[in-house]
Amino acid sequence: MLRKLPDPAGGVVTVIVEGRPCEVGPNDTAAAAALLAGIGHTRTSPVTGEPRAPFCMMGVCHECLMVIDGVPSRQACLVTVREGMRIDRQVGPRALQPAGADAHV
Amino acid sequence: MSESFDLVVVGAGPAGLAAATEAAGLGLSAVVIDEQPEPGGQIYRAVERAARGVAGDALGEDYRHGAGVVAAFRASGAVYRPGLQVWQVEQEGEVLASDGESTTSFVGKRVLIAVGAMERPVPIPGWTLPGVMGVGAAQVMLKASGIVPAGDTWVAGSGPLPLLYLAQVAAAGGRIAGYIDTTPPGNRWTAAAHLGGALRNFPYVRKGLALRAHLKGSGIPVEAADAVAATGDGKVERVRWRVGGQWKEAPCDLLLLHEGVVPNAHVTMAVGCAHDWDDRQRCFRPHLDAWGHTDIGPIMVAGDCGGIEGARAAEVRGRLAALATAAGVGRITAEERDRRAQPLRRELGRHLPIRAFLDTLFAPRRDLLSPADDVVVCRCEAITAKKVRDAVAIGAVGPNQTKAFIRSGMGPCQGRLCGLTVTEVIAEATGKTPGEVGFFRIRPPLKPLTIGELATVTPAG
Repeated sequence: MLRKLPDPAGGVVTVIVEGRPCEVGPNDTAAAAALLAGIGHTRTSPVTGEPRAPFCMMGVCHECLMVIDGVPSRQACLVTVREGMRIDRQVGPRALQPAGADAHV
Repeated sequence: MSESFDLVVVGAGPAGLAAATEAAGLGLSAVVIDEQPEPGGQIYRAVERAARGVAGDALGEDYRHGAGVVAAFRASGAVYRPGLQVWQVEQEGEVLASDGESTTSFVGKRVLIAVGAMERPVPIPGWTLPGVMGVGAAQVMLKASGIVPAGDTWVAGSGPLPLLYLAQVAAAGGRIAGYIDTTPPGNRWTAAAHLGGALRNFPYVRKGLALRAHLKGSGIPVEAADAVAATGDGKVERVRWRVGGQWKEAPCDLLLLHEGVVPNAHVTMAVGCAHDWDDRQRCFRPHLDAWGHTDIGPIMVAGDCGGIEGARAAEVRGRLAALATAAGVGRITAEERDRRAQPLRRELGRHLPIRAFLDTLFAPRRDLLSPADDVVVCRCEAITAKKVRDAVAIGAVGPNQTKAFIRSGMGPCQGRLCGLTVTEVIAEATGKTPGEVGFFRIRPPLKPLTIGELATVTPAG
């Protein structure tokens, strides 16, 4: 579906997409990482439960809402990857965290 | 925390960068706030890196022009604040922007909205399936990450961008299975009336013809069609298209759609600026004077979010807005402003005459603007065109009533992807013009914000 052109000067960052390590470029977005990882869908609709995936890649459509390092409803196409970043699907409505709870658990 | 400037610019594309560069050159304090990590906007996305990366050559000379725009901005002395999402603009000139954890308030004597364009929504059967994206989305991935299609990728749509993208992918070593051209054949006759204007920008026409010739020589199958659909179980698996009343189909694991671009008008809508319906571009655009002033005191607009004119015109619009700002805050006289504007207006006169030709040649087909009953219009809330029509039948008089009746436009994208379609569907159902129907009322916050962050905001003044 998609592949990344080799970029010898680009460097490598390892992110964890749905629990699996995935090597991407240091300037890639979390949404691009999810697409390159081939996980298919990046969220399920809170309305219908259907699988959805990034559509516009420029911050407009909000289809790429994902859980990034434990924080829900991040626009993954606007988040640049960091070493060790955890990028997870957002399943249904985003979870509400009780006050004081560790958002990363 | 509040910071004050003569000019606060929202958006680091060609209009915003040129405006800030010009303003700084005139001795004004200027800041550019942008949600991306690098300057350039979508048109010149990652242009500083791409100039030395693998994709740089493939993206072409028009793209590389952006490197000069960005370099001039970097050298200008204007302040650059990337990675900030603007979630509210006040009519008095305060801009609230979030870094994801805390909000900064920027106060400008003038605020220039330069948030550019977005791809026109393409409501077709199956467009919510994973694996269906915009051509612009794919081009962003090529520019920013050097990502190209590899499998059964089809491009379907109309306009200059698909042709450009096909050539860029070929040059970068990617693979496209086929191009489905949805340009209505009748458009060429209406466009012919505007050929004179097009020929006044002959270099642009020549580039378009070269892209067409390149496509012909590339061996990529080109299918003319008057309808397109995506099918699949949980992801796109096949693309279907209709030609002469017959449906054809092919395996497809990535379908890229494009039917032109429209102004990203959510910010000016939220501020409460007056907008006009543009019948040729089928979109709303803020009502502007020749300098980019809206009807609201300090709020100005430059670039494609004020109406689609292209990247080169956007630069000129940005510089004109900067001149007006300098005169408005007393840095230069009105005579000086007008003198400096003369060559800019001449340049604008070279870029604009081709637009009528492009707008009519690539005008979207009717059933895309007001789609069939079973097509999803509002992606976030999964609202079909039929539900909108049903809401009108039971008394919804406009887009805002459909929010209450059926929740169209109430999801996370706040109507960005359904707003124009809802307006068109209601216009068709009621026999009104889209201008009479109007658009959703857009409210803050313009971007997702935690309640915790909202609680820490201290208003300026």
